[in-house]
Amino acid sequence: MTPGSTPAACAALLRRDLTLAWRRRGDIALPVLYAVIVVTLFPFALGPEPQLLQRIAGGVVFVTVLLAMLLSLDGLFRPDIDDGSMEQLMLAPQPLALLVGMKILAHWLTAALPLVVVAPVLASMLHLPPPAIVVLVVALAVATPLLSLLGAVLVALAAGAKRSGMLLALMLLPLCVPVVIFAAGAVAAAQDGLPWIAPIAWLGAGLALAVVLAPLACAAALRIAMDT
Amino acid sequence: MANWVPLWLHRLGSPPTFYRFAGAVYPWALGLAFVLGAIALYGGLVVAPADYQQGDAYRIIFIHVPSAWMSLFIYGVMTLAAFIALVWRIKLAETVAMASAPIGAAFTAITLATGSLWGKPMWGTWWTWDARLTSELVLLFIYLGIIGLCHAFEDRRQGARAAAFLVLVGAVNVPIVHFSVNWWNTLHQGATIRLLGPSHMAASMVWPLLTMMGATKFYYIASLFSRVRTELLAAEGGKAWVRELAVAGVAGGKA
Repeated sequence: MTPGSTPAACAALLRRDLTLAWRRRGDIALPVLYAVIVVTLFPFALGPEPQLLQRIAGGVVFVTVLLAMLLSLDGLFRPDIDDGSMEQLMLAPQPLALLVGMKILAHWLTAALPLVVVAPVLASMLHLPPPAIVVLVVALAVATPLLSLLGAVLVALAAGAKRSGMLLALMLLPLCVPVVIFAAGAVAAAQDGLPWIAPIAWLGAGLALAVVLAPLACAAALRIAMDT
Repeated sequence: MANWVPLWLHRLGSPPTFYRFAGAVYPWALGLAFVLGAIALYGGLVVAPADYQQGDAYRIIFIHVPSAWMSLFIYGVMTLAAFIALVWRIKLAETVAMASAPIGAAFTAITLATGSLWGKPMWGTWWTWDARLTSELVLLFIYLGIIGLCHAFEDRRQGARAAAFLVLVGAVNVPIVHFSVNWWNTLHQGATIRLLGPSHMAASMVWPLLTMMGATKFYYIASLFSRVRTELLAAEGGKAWVRELAVAGVAGGKA
């Protein structure tokens, strides 16, 4: 790769973000710990009957993962905006959409992938049967990138705002309704012994659309939010 | 073909012209809204016969259905205004989009409230996870998110532009939400109670409904113009035309 070319710039940005995340490894564990603790609270609140927990396991794990991602999304662009590197990315000759796409990829690898890895443990804590756990992991593997991409657009919009934590939840959660419906629907279908590929396919279609459109929208939103 | 229409539209895009235009239209729109609303309420509550199945309880339809229609219509207007604002950077379009959001949210809230009042005697419950109710609720959340984002910025225009972008994101997402909620509902429960289709209605019930739809449209125009006028005054506070207006107002008050 020639230095300064677009692939080289993307690789360098990805390496930088992953290195930054690795230097602060403790932060990667925080969303996972959050998810574990939230899932642990459900049996305390609802009682330990395995039938009940099994019935709600898919939805609980999915909503917990969604909330854990929501917490980590706030830090997606914040450090770069604070130290001024976001302005440099915007001035770079490479397309901003691609660079932002790399940042989203790095965020998914560091914030969402650990949640997908820990999801089977959470699901078995709630007595989800193993065949349904496989479907849950597949659904999460397709749904979490979709949530990362969708969330990145909204984080970029709120980037210029003074207080964005609760605001992000207010903006993102209504737009996540389809993702939650399809992902939890796939797990519920697998639990009932029904074919579950259709909702996964819908999620995949949404992901294909989002991979193309979300970085472009995210770049446009960043330009609006940073326009001072 | 005379080109006075595009010319007039271009002139209307400038804040002082729109301020005067909106001020001239506002009392007429508000008056028409109240007159039509009163006629529609009279027609709906007194003239129209009671429903053979639902008795008098169905009469809330004359509020419920026009509000539901407006909740979507205003989102459409907002989307159009937001698109114009982002593509051509017209300040007035930003103001129109942001001033529409609270009105749309209010109509959505009215739809949900009247729907739940209607649901209690008819379905025996205030709330049911029916596809239509749920997508209307999500629409309310999207409206609130737009309002929240608009007010989270210190710079008024920047907030309006960010929120206008969110309007467009929401416009892509609202049909997906509606479709997926339908799918979710049909997966988990079979037939649900549907609202009565307007096509099955008697003519004596249809005309108050249509009149109320006209009244809500005029109310929207009046409310929007009034909001846009105050927004323009606040945003353009330092400009010469506002100063002239203020000076003229003081002079008129003294005389």
